[in-house]
Amino acid sequence: MNRFFVFVRKEFYHILRDRRTLLILFGIPLAQVLLFGFALTNEIKDARIAILDQDKSVYSKEIGNRLLSSGYFKLAGYLQSPKQLEAIFRKGQIKLALVFPPGFSDDWQHGKKTQIQILADASEQNTAIALNGYASAIIQDFAANATGGSRPMSIEIASRMVFNPNLKGAFVFVPGVMAMVLLLVSAMMTSITLAREKETGTMEVLFVSPLNQIQIILGKVIPYLVLSFINGCVILLLGVFVLGMPMAGNLILLLAETLLFIFLSLSIGIFISSITNSQVVAMFMSLMILLMPTIFLSGFIFPIESMPVFLQYFSNIIPAKYFINIVKGIMIKGIGLSYLIRETLILLGMAALFILLSLRNLKTRVS
Amino acid sequence: MSAIVIDNISKDYAGVSAIKNIAFTVEPGELFGLIGPDGAGKTTLFKILVTLMLPNQGQATILGQDLVKDYRALRKRIGYMPGKFSLYPDLSIEENLNFFASVFGTTLEKNYDLIKDIYQQIEPFKKRRAGQLSGGMKQKLALCCSLIHKPEALFLDEPTTGVDAVSRKEFWEMLAQLQQHGLTILVSTPYMDEADRCDRIALIQEGSIMGVDTPHGIASRFPLPLFAVKSADMYRLLQDLRAAPFAQSCFTFGEYLHLAGIDAQLEPVEISNYLQSHRHQQVDIKPISAGIEDSFMYLMSNKHD
Amino acid sequence: MSTVIANNLTKKFGPFTATDSITFQVERGEIFGFLGANGAGKTTAIRMLCGLLRPSSGEAQVAGYDVYRQADKIKERIGYMSQKFSLYEDLSIRENIKFYGGIYGLSRPVIKEKTQHIIEELQLENVVDKLVGSLPLGWKQRLAFSVALVHDPEVVFLDEPTGGVDPLTRRQFWEMIYAAAARGTTIFITTHYMDEAEYCNRVSIMVDGKIQALDTPTGLKKSFGVDSMDGVFQILARGTSTKG
Repeated sequence: MNRFFVFVRKEFYHILRDRRTLLILFGIPLAQVLLFGFALTNEIKDARIAILDQDKSVYSKEIGNRLLSSGYFKLAGYLQSPKQLEAIFRKGQIKLALVFPPGFSDDWQHGKKTQIQILADASEQNTAIALNGYASAIIQDFAANATGGSRPMSIEIASRMVFNPNLKGAFVFVPGVMAMVLLLVSAMMTSITLAREKETGTMEVLFVSPLNQIQIILGKVIPYLVLSFINGCVILLLGVFVLGMPMAGNLILLLAETLLFIFLSLSIGIFISSITNSQVVAMFMSLMILLMPTIFLSGFIFPIESMPVFLQYFSNIIPAKYFINIVKGIMIKGIGLSYLIRETLILLGMAALFILLSLRNLKTRVS
Repeated sequence: MSAIVIDNISKDYAGVSAIKNIAFTVEPGELFGLIGPDGAGKTTLFKILVTLMLPNQGQATILGQDLVKDYRALRKRIGYMPGKFSLYPDLSIEENLNFFASVFGTTLEKNYDLIKDIYQQIEPFKKRRAGQLSGGMKQKLALCCSLIHKPEALFLDEPTTGVDAVSRKEFWEMLAQLQQHGLTILVSTPYMDEADRCDRIALIQEGSIMGVDTPHGIASRFPLPLFAVKSADMYRLLQDLRAAPFAQSCFTFGEYLHLAGIDAQLEPVEISNYLQSHRHQQVDIKPISAGIEDSFMYLMSNKHD
Repeated sequence: MSTVIANNLTKKFGPFTATDSITFQVERGEIFGFLGANGAGKTTAIRMLCGLLRPSSGEAQVAGYDVYRQADKIKERIGYMSQKFSLYEDLSIRENIKFYGGIYGLSRPVIKEKTQHIIEELQLENVVDKLVGSLPLGWKQRLAFSVALVHDPEVVFLDEPTGGVDPLTRRQFWEMIYAAAARGTTIFITTHYMDEAEYCNRVSIMVDGKIQALDTPTGLKKSFGVDSMDGVFQILARGTSTKG
């Protein structure tokens, strides 16, 4: 029995002396608990809304204030005309719009049927449903209390789900999964390729040859690019023809952005590969650095607006966030490049950054 | 003009010196051996010479070009075979060769006659994956890959390590043949017996060069008288000889022990008398001239004085 | 009784015969050289003798125990060291000795005594609490050998233990082997250095799974009419080098 304990003690030595293992054992669970406990929540907070107040009465203002002070909503701005609604939704600047028809308060005070319109951006249908629910509840609550209970005055709420009238879950699901799959597979595949060359020793021979670093990196990226692109197309086809996703926008643009995202994922993979000599470490890093943050912070599952501010800033460096917006924008909202130019440039910039960093790490000479 | 001129090259990693003040030359068409055990600094020096690493100090001229400034041009003119043979295990022999050929902008057919003698030995297996080859075959393939672009100088880092004795011998025969094509070859090895196969050698230990000369030249510098001794009980013989007043050192060398005397006066009869008094049977003593290994160990021990 | 007995010991992997009906006996305190090219079947044979691999057919006994039915007893009575096996680099010398002593069931006082003995013999007083990874290769090799002997095994299997080491250290290592053999430990060693074959009492040479020669070094040289073990090996092993 004693030899067994001796063995256990040795294992403790190994673990305690290996910083990497300690990080996994303690660092990651800690981070996860903190993230889940404090930061990640399904509740919606501070969702951006716009108010089109064509009534401009005490009551409409009161209702608006109640919504804004509830904590669920944050004012993005007041609209002047219904024509602005479509554009502002397309730009993705608001999650919800509240529309008061002209003469709303008059009708209400006189006991006539009144209606407030709520439009929700249903390209994230869970969020839309929730926000719609919050808003309706606040408005109905106002209606019930305003009369002091003496005379029930009801306000009819007309909800409209913009972009996704049938509230199909696939609309959020498919872009998110596509981003995750492409990122994970591309990055993981390339992350081990350079590390493998280093492990077998062939890397040195390549360095001493006339091949320069750019040729080596691009040579590694291109086969994976082709294969991942085929992968991405398959997912799109499944999404559209099997899961019923719409294809409202430009197909060429969508494919081009997909290619860009794949290229970015590959360059992240190459970068990971260039900073480690071990295939196993490379694979592990790509899982930790890519998978976890993407799942949690891309807005795919947990709404970004509900996170603490520092995490919201952090989500700005998650490539998947931009790609998901792009895909949803093109497929669901049907918007074009002019609306997506910011996201596209960010992805391009990230790709360039990682390629440059990889080149730096792959100097064919070490000093 | 020398093919390789190394001028006071030093390199350290994180403050620890790997090699220090390395200086020697290699003449064109020479088969030059860098002899030393693991950790002596052979691989570090090689990586610097094939332009993979920059030295901390010193310079070198290879084939008339500066090591640091002209590294791009040099890479086209030199061939390199790193330790562990660095082949792609999942590509076949043929595919490996074609890959390295095209990386250097040439083809197998163009330079076939240079590698013909070597390649013919593995050609029957050309479709087999490199990962499934024996050590000796991997060696031959790696050598072909390093020659495929017709380099003028060849750098082979421990090409015989971990390979069986027969393949090792064949490998050196191949190198001798390559010399006839005018190739300058710098080889590193931990095996002392391979030193005799080189035109000239440099002995390296703990990052410094202990001597540069022809194998014969190095061996002849051995300053003490040397004898091969054996008896019926080798273990006891070793202990007794070490304790003898006339012995500078005594080491095992296969069937015999090599005894180095403290001074030149030592005669076999003195040794034989001593051994008789220690009751050794079947004693056999003969004077011998030192080999590379004797010299290496002598230089090693004196380094620490 | 001989410490290692093999009788028509065979191992097949599917259609491939790695070790083909080898037969030999090794006596107590003998230094037995086990030579052959890579892939000749040496490693397979050693694995069977260590109780790590079940033979396909034939018999073998090590330290009196049968390799089929008493493999676990064999493991307690043998030591093993190879070029690839080293001690744990991230443990100190003392911790390594404690560990190996512990898994072989040595009591604490015995481990302490052994540790002291090893430290004195190898002159490691200054570095006993340093991590093994920080030691030069030669020291590691000799230390690994001492640790392989910590439980006083009857047989020690050494798999190319001196690879890449400088000639001085190699000899110091062999002197440790001689001392162990003189104390009665049987040494079973494989090596690529032909001069080391000369240090053995007897040598066997394996070619393609079979033992093609088994004799004292002097006997082998006489039989093959050459004056070195290298010559013997060249003659015997030549045939295999041109195969895949």
